[in-house]
Order: sequence, then structure tokens, then C-alpha cells
Amino acid sequence: MGVLALVLAALAWEGYKLVGSDDGWSAFGVRLLPRADDVSMPHLWQVAQRFGEPELSAAGSSSVLVAVLQAAWFSFRLSLLGWLVGGVIGMLLAVLMQRFRTAQDALLPYVVVSQTVPLVALAPLVVGWGGHLAVFGRPWQPWMSVAAISAYLAFFPVSVGMLRGLESLPATQLGLMHCYAASWWQTLLRLRLPASVGYLVPALRLAAAASVIGAIVAEISTGTRGGIGRLIIEYAQSATGDPAKPWTAIIGAAGLGLAVAGLVGLLDLALHRYHPSAGR
Amino acid sequence: MNRAGALGRRIGAPVVFGVAFLLGWQAFVDVRHIPGYLLPSPSAIGTQLSENLADVVSATAASGTNALVGLVAGVLLAVGVAVIAARAPFIEQLLSPLATAVSAMPIVALAPVLATMFSATSDLPRRIVVVIVVFFPVFVNTVRGLTRIDPVHAELMRSYAAGSWDLTRVVRLPGAVPYLFTGVRVASSLAVISAVVAEYFGGLQNGLGSRITSAASNTAYARAWAYVVAAILLGLLFYLAALGAERAATRGRAVRH
Amino acid sequence: MPDADDVAPSTPAVLLRAAGKTFNPGRPSAVTALTDIELTIAPGEFVSLIGPSGCGKSTLMRLVADLEQPTEGTVEVFGKTPHQARLDQDYGIAFQHAGLLPWRTVQANVELPLELHGIGRADRRARAGELLAMVGLAEFGGHRPDQLSGGMQQRVAIARALAERPRLLLMDEPFGALDEMTRERMQAELVALCQQTGCAVIFVTHSIPEAVYLSHRVAVMSPRPGRISHLIGVDLAERNEDLREDPGFFAAVTAVREALRGHDVQLPPRGVEVR
Repeated sequence: MGVLALVLAALAWEGYKLVGSDDGWSAFGVRLLPRADDVSMPHLWQVAQRFGEPELSAAGSSSVLVAVLQAAWFSFRLSLLGWLVGGVIGMLLAVLMQRFRTAQDALLPYVVVSQTVPLVALAPLVVGWGGHLAVFGRPWQPWMSVAAISAYLAFFPVSVGMLRGLESLPATQLGLMHCYAASWWQTLLRLRLPASVGYLVPALRLAAAASVIGAIVAEISTGTRGGIGRLIIEYAQSATGDPAKPWTAIIGAAGLGLAVAGLVGLLDLALHRYHPSAGR
Repeated sequence: MNRAGALGRRIGAPVVFGVAFLLGWQAFVDVRHIPGYLLPSPSAIGTQLSENLADVVSATAASGTNALVGLVAGVLLAVGVAVIAARAPFIEQLLSPLATAVSAMPIVALAPVLATMFSATSDLPRRIVVVIVVFFPVFVNTVRGLTRIDPVHAELMRSYAAGSWDLTRVVRLPGAVPYLFTGVRVASSLAVISAVVAEYFGGLQNGLGSRITSAASNTAYARAWAYVVAAILLGLLFYLAALGAERAATRGRAVRH
Repeated sequence: MPDADDVAPSTPAVLLRAAGKTFNPGRPSAVTALTDIELTIAPGEFVSLIGPSGCGKSTLMRLVADLEQPTEGTVEVFGKTPHQARLDQDYGIAFQHAGLLPWRTVQANVELPLELHGIGRADRRARAGELLAMVGLAEFGGHRPDQLSGGMQQRVAIARALAERPRLLLMDEPFGALDEMTRERMQAELVALCQQTGCAVIFVTHSIPEAVYLSHRVAVMSPRPGRISHLIGVDLAERNEDLREDPGFFAAVTAVREALRGHDVQLPPRGVEVR
């Protein structure tokens, strides 16, 4: 089905190029349909071709495809790290907020608000502070800033989703544990955590997507080289002279997103025994 | 704890926490003599905010308008497509993998190519970015609402020999409204962030994004954070408005998500 | 909508002849829910279907409602196919769960079938008012379903089922979720309503006293595969509060219970049909 969607999208793209005018279509002084010329909308085969060609005009540079794949791999590793760190922090935060109602009341609004801060503003902060920190004895690397910002985006869905899961128990089950004089810790281990798996898995899914976006935007705002975010900006600068190039980077980013979505889907399948689709 | 006490705690706790946090931050900067380029103090940010107030307001208005236009257009488009998709499962199956892929991609990266495709000197590319970002959560949630019918209601309508349009009009659409508003709530803060971040990628530079980055590149971090505060408030405004609309629309219903 | 006069008085309200229903026929997962059902219900007659879980009583009702199609035999409603009867809106239906639309007021819920069939606003409002008064909920028209108790919601569902003055009422354990006192009160109201409107009723229930109290005849069903094992006539005096303490009532209840257990049943004078 996804392949069919792509095929239809490709047909729509080329079809518009056939019928659309080079100047687009304007109404009320605003161009509502894009320009259909080859600079604005390169033909799909031109883009495909561009993948095979060398990245730079300098001699000995590798093909665009290799460059895009390397960049995607770089970003993938960073977003994976961000996802893991953000996931762990999110889960710990959720447990804390469930344990102490006051902590939940105090912190949850800020957790929600934290996601309204544009990442472009956080980047200089994180980079600046990183210069003063050392992780496990190693000085702060630029890529650590990217992972940190990626974790920042990832922790939110995990903490909110897991909190919902921890609190999703019917009163009768909690009452039962109370009758057994079970401690909070025992209730957590035996009742709340298993019940929250059904909410945690979709949350981890969202967190994976968020960590990819976080990594890419962070790469751009911190100026970290080597990732696909940086590549998008670099290639976009040659848009007028080399119209197909920016699209190769965008396709690379989309591919990264798909790969991550696929991996989380596998995780979902693996854990399916433990969560009969609760909380979806 | 009685209701008044619980309510007081729900409002008081975050306020107390926030105030304590700000005081602690200010004290930390003052006592440790942290330089402005590392971490601006709340008082410095406040000063910058009041000094540049006019510009802050105009930039907020620009970004806010982009976000609002994109949000409204995106919601209308998403609802229209969702109604079609609910009637034709084929379309929904086509769009779902697309939705998953798109949600993992930073749509804002499309801003430069959109500028070439449309125009580098109008608000349209940024608004299109917002439309795309808003479309998918609203679409996914609305489709979920439209396709989830209580079997009792479906059988009831069948017993009335009601046509499928009747079923959609009387059961599906009203039933989907809470789901729609949930999608809008999710999309509202995304709309603001996308509108702000899209500026970073070029195009017209009249909104908050460009102000933040230009201040940051001049290492005037206190001023940058003043604009960030405006962005946060704008995002909060959208979110609370969407939350209020969601509460109003689901008044009196048992919400079964 | 066809008038009551159009139908010859001898046409039964519901007629099932050698009717049966098998789900997933021909496949290993095939389940025969009903087999060899013979039942004739006269206009104005109240028949209860009672039996253990899995005996197909709900399926039988759903065959009449055209919510399922029979795989064997024939089903007729007022001399027509169930499909035609559904299109002609000859019956009203009330499910186990009231199924009120939560975003509509009580009044709008009762008006729902009238709205769907093109009745004008003023007429709808008048009829809904009448119906709510009939079920004792006249002042609750403007409330929302979540503001009503389970019993009240069921009453609204029954009012809705009566909206178009159907000659046949199909009810699937509508009082199942209610407490005993409310059930008894609702049963009395239902009997009065049916006598007033003269409609035939198929009533699915788990409760023996309920079946005996409400019905002219009780169809006792047995499972695997579902069939009617006994048809017990209940000939009792006027249905009122005291009836439940009448010896004739207890005798009828005992007869139904014995039938459910599969024993032979003795009950004068209307008799018992053993299948």
C-alpha cells in the first residue's frame, strides 16, 4: 500500500509538471500553485540520476547517494541515542509523577510547555554549557549536543504516555493490592508497570519520530557536520544551480524517518504479547 | 484532601515551582557570576523583553498569523480528506503509511524548496509547512473518530433502514468531533513551532524565528530568550485555546478514546 | 406506512417456518446458532424467548429484525420478508444497551427515527413529548443521556422504539442492567404500554419471573443447536403488582423452570406445546 501511495504521488508530481505553467497559478496576488519549471520542480528521474552523480565538483568526491547514506547513518545513531536517553528520563519522570501527586501537579504543566520552546533557541545554550561539562571523562563533543536536544524532544511523549499508563488502572485492581497490604513498590512492579506497557509502546513510537526530528533540527542549529540536517542546508544553497540536489537530501531524511518507523514497528511486534493493544 | 484543597494544589504547585525555579535561576547566575553568553538571567531577559516590546509584538503577530492560517487550512483539509477516507478505506490505507513516514521527517526542511517552488518573498511557504505539519495528526485522529462507531448505534441505524449518508451525518460526524478536537490540540502547538522554526530555513524574515537566530548569532542571548519567551507564550496561547475548544466540544459526553 | 387495516386480521405478526441460522457455513468454524424454528406470533401477542446462554434467542430476534439473514427456512413479518418489513419500518427495536447518542438531548434521541423518516419538526416535537410522557420522563426532554440513570436511559430507548407506532416491538434484554425494583416497575409500565398500543412483542430475557409476568406465551429454548423446546401459554389475570404473589404466577414460573431443566411440564389450562 505504501508503495502504491508513492507511485501515485510520483504520478501526481510529474502530471502537474506536464499541465502546470512555469509560473504557477496565482490568485489574489499570491501564488497558490507552485512553479512547474525544472528549477522549481525537477523531474523525478533527474533527482534519481543526481543520486548517482558525484557530490561536489571537486575531483574524487563520492556520489551523492553515498554522501546521503553516510549522513543518514550519522543522524540515525544520534537520534537512537537521544531516543534511549529521552526514553529513560521520560520513564523515570513518569514514575516520579505517579508516586508524588504534588510532583505531578508541579511538573506536568512545565513538561507540556517544554515542547513549545523552539529548538533553535536551545541549541546555543546546550552547546555553550556542553563546553563546561565532561561526560565519563571525555570532553563534550558537538554530537552530544545533538543527542541531548534529540532526547529533549523524545522525553515528552514517553513521560506523558507512561504516566497515563501507570495511572490507567481500574480502582478494583488497586483496591485488591491495598487489601494485600502491598507496598507502593510492589504495586509498581506487579501492577502498574505491566499495565503501562500498552501505553508505553505507542509513546516510544512517537518518541522515535520526535528524536529523528530533534536530531535533524539540532544538527542545523548547532552547525554539527556529518548529519543529514547539515546536508539539507548545504544542498539547499545550490538550489538554483543544481535543482535536483536539495531533493536528494530531503529524500534521505524521509528515508531515515521511514527506517526508524519500521524499527519501532518491529519493537511493537516483539512486545505484542505483553500489550493487547491497550491504550491505542 | 477535599476538592478545594486539591484544586489549590493543582494550580498552586506549578506556580510555586515556577517561581522557585526562576528565583533559583536568578540566584545561580548572580552568585556564580555566570556570563550572559552562557546563561542569561531572568532579569536580563525581562529587561530585553520590555526594551524591545514593540518588535516582539510585531514578530509574534507575524509568526502567529502564519501559524493560525496554516492551522485553519490544515484542519479543513484534514477533515475533508478524513471524511472521504472513512468512506473509502482504500484511501485511508494509502495515506496511513505516508502519514507515518511524514511524521518522522522534519517538514520544516521543505521550507527552502517550497520557497523556490512558490515564492521566496511571501508568507506562503511557511504557511504550507504549517499546513503539512497540522494535516497529519488531525487527519489520523479524525479518521479514528469517524471509523469508530458503537456497534449498537450502527445496528440502530440499520433497523431504521437509514442510508449510509444518514449514518455518517447522524452518527459518525458528531461522534468524531471529540477526536477531531484532540487532533487540533496536538496540532496547535506544532503549528506555532513549525511557523517559528521554518523561518530558520530562509524566506521572509519577519517573524520570531529570524529574531531569535539573529540575536543568537550576535551572542545577545538575553534578547534571543526574550523572543523565545514570546514564542512559548504564543504556543501556550494556541494550546490553551485548542484545549478549551476540546473541553467545550466534549461537554456531557463519556469520552472513550 | 401501511395501515393496520390493510393487513388481513389472520396475517400473523411474525411467522418462522423451519427457520435456521448457521454462521460461517461450510467452514470448519461453522456454528449452528438456530435450527428448525417454528413459531407464529399473532398481532398484539407478547412472546418471550428464554433460555441459557448460547441458545440463540438473540439471534432469533435478529432474524426477525433483518439484522441477520436465515440460512434455512423462511421468516415473515406481517406477511412480508424481514427486509421489506425493515424498509417499511414495521417494527421498533430496543437493545440491551440503550444506545442513546450521547451528543443529543433526550428529546432529540427520541426524535431520531422520526427525523430520519422525514417527519416535520413540529410533528416530531409533539410526538416526542407524547412518548416521553408515556414513559414518565416528560420533564427530562432537555437533559443529556449521561445525566440519566440506566433505567431512565432504557425508558428513553423504549420511547424511541415506540416513536413510529410500530405494530411489532423487538426487545433484547432491555432490563438486563437494572436492579430488581426498577425492573418490576418497568415491566408493569411495558405491559400497560403494549396493551395501550396493541403491538406484538418479541422479548428476549434471562429472567423467568419477567418472562411469565410479561407474556402471553413463553418460548423456552435449548442450546447447541438452538431450538424451541417448549412453548408455554401463560393465562393469568390482569397484570398488576399483586400478580407476582398469585399462586397461578408461581405455577407458571415453576412450569417454565421445569421446561428449562428439560423435564416434562404440566400446566392447565392453556396448555404446553412440547417440541
